[in-house]
Amino acid sequence: MPRVKVARKSTAIDMTAMCDVAFLLLTFFILTAKPKVEDPSKAEVPASIKEVTIPDDNVLTISVGKQNKMFLSFSGTDVRAETLKSMGEKYKVDFTPAEINRFSNTEVFGVPMSQLKQFLGTPTSDLKSFEQRGIPADTTVSNELSDWILTARKADKGLHNQDYHIAIKGDRQEQYPAINTVIAILGHQKQFKFDLITSLKAAPKK
Amino acid sequence: MAELDTSGGGKHKGGKVRSKKASTRVDLTAMVDLAFLLITFFMFTTTLNKPKAMNLAMPDNSDTKIQMPVAETRTMTILLGGKNKLMWYMGQAGKTAPTVEGYGATQLRKTIVENQKNVAATHAAGDNDMIVLIKPSDKSTYENLVNVLDEMSIANIKRYAIVKITPIELDALKTQGLLQ
Repeated sequence: MPRVKVARKSTAIDMTAMCDVAFLLLTFFILTAKPKVEDPSKAEVPASIKEVTIPDDNVLTISVGKQNKMFLSFSGTDVRAETLKSMGEKYKVDFTPAEINRFSNTEVFGVPMSQLKQFLGTPTSDLKSFEQRGIPADTTVSNELSDWILTARKADKGLHNQDYHIAIKGDRQEQYPAINTVIAILGHQKQFKFDLITSLKAAPKK
Repeated sequence: MAELDTSGGGKHKGGKVRSKKASTRVDLTAMVDLAFLLITFFMFTTTLNKPKAMNLAMPDNSDTKIQMPVAETRTMTILLGGKNKLMWYMGQAGKTAPTVEGYGATQLRKTIVENQKNVAATHAAGDNDMIVLIKPSDKSTYENLVNVLDEMSIANIKRYAIVKITPIELDALKTQGLLQ
């Protein structure tokens, strides 16, 4: 009797399906990817059990970072350009088209009006070392932060006919008066509903 | 000596030159490797968890005409002091001595639930929910505020407000040394 020969199978596997799946996933992740925006306020948000998510667009975020520095971030490149133009008129600063273009691509900023031109002139690679002093918000009636918020809201209303969803991001160790300043500014503009950005923690068991 | 065979097969001497049928299979291993590497990269760089938030509605203080009378026995006032401590009292300021307490499940949360039960038991049904006034002092942190707001949702308190602290309450905090 002849010995039963075991057919030697090839170790090569058909990778076509695997490759398909891999590239499908890759496409998905590339399309949904939103680059992380470096937050200059470096605020460490407190934890909360609430699970309300913040919408992706049409958000105006006021961040209160270390040493009570105020940062502002609002969505919409056209809104940002429009806001800068109006703010330039108000504060009598002339911005060049290049600066306006640069500002409309800046996600977060926190510089006083006097420092803004310098900030917009700094090359992107040097921005990390550029120390942003925060937007001044000393008095609640009329200060730069309040003007920025109001101008941005007006621009958003004028361009898209929608109202900004307002969010406050604060550092957990921040003393209450800093947050209160922001709330007071918003209250002054008749904005009484806003979100406090928090990180999620588990809810206690009932 | 080793020599390269340059004869090119030599089988087809005289016969037709047949082109060798090349296999259409491509080795995809490297491509899959690359694809998975990129997937991993994009997975790690995307922010999968969107920021969470808590809603906060402040009272409209521009209209002072609307005033709602509320039984003082139903109100609990929480004063947020420094050093991660708080004080609370029921009813009117100065009448009942405030209690010093910390944040957390065993302290503030327990107190809120107890007070809630007391209020519910001593008042007529339908109008017996507790109202909480949160008064942060200048020494309290943002985290303290968020913690207390969190407790409100945990205890399911429908009516609460962030109110400006009064001088009497500041004195109370000061005597306990919570205003440093």
